[in-house]
Amino acid sequence: MNAVEQKEESPASAQPVDTERDFITPEVNIVETKEGYVLEAEMPGVTKDGLDISLEDNVLTLVGRRTPGPVGTSLYRESQTADFRRVFELDPSIEGEKINARIEQGILTLTLPKAEKVKPRKITVG
Amino acid sequence: MSITKWQRPDFWGLSPVRRMASFRDEVDNLLNLAFARLGGPPTDPERGSQFLEGWFPAVDVYEDKDNLLVRAELPGMKKEDIEISLHEGFLTLSGERKGQETQEGAETYRSERWLGRFNRTISLPCSVVPDKIKATYTDGILAVSLPKAEEAKPKQIPISVK
Repeated sequence: MNAVEQKEESPASAQPVDTERDFITPEVNIVETKEGYVLEAEMPGVTKDGLDISLEDNVLTLVGRRTPGPVGTSLYRESQTADFRRVFELDPSIEGEKINARIEQGILTLTLPKAEKVKPRKITVG
Repeated sequence: MSITKWQRPDFWGLSPVRRMASFRDEVDNLLNLAFARLGGPPTDPERGSQFLEGWFPAVDVYEDKDNLLVRAELPGMKKEDIEISLHEGFLTLSGERKGQETQEGAETYRSERWLGRFNRTISLPCSVVPDKIKATYTDGILAVSLPKAEEAKPKQIPISVK
């Protein structure tokens, strides 16, 4: 079971603002532990203020906006200017309210705890 | 010498589009290695050459009137694991990014981040003052500021009109 899986992006569902700009997909590591999942995403140049993390109907969207680069003439450039964005579909066993995020030296770390008890579903036979 | 664990992104864990893009990147990298690596800085604007060289962090070079600024994207490093050296007009940035100890019973779903050593050497476009080089590491970005040597600075010669 892949509990944290990437949601395929469809342009139709993206917000109008998003369709007009390009995003870079940050590299991520996802590890599952007994307590939950830990997701690390590489977002160099992104500060706490540039982060936009949202959870809607089990869909987790991570957006990282870069701080503007240095002033001066660019002589040689490999880095990209586009912001980071990646979307994941979360397993229902993850407690959305308890998701914790921090960013340190360009690595966004999310801890996604599992619910204490995954509630059993009642199935009534009609 | 220690052996560094080298990780590649989980190819089959990527979406079909990403797999295709990843495949295209690798083909591009092979071509770049064959044709662009004969000398001088790599010309590939994307982060090329990861295919054979491991981690290849993006490096930018800027200049203003008095300084050169070299900027490298090195997320998740420790300051003490970054090395900077200058030798005959070549600036070398190197270091190692170490992975975290995995907990017992932990299961990895995705492993796309690069670990291990990197080494980038840049030919500086002008001479600099070695004693005055300063480096900072914030938000995963290494910024090296290199003051230009006096002879490399643009000079303004005032000419009075008669």
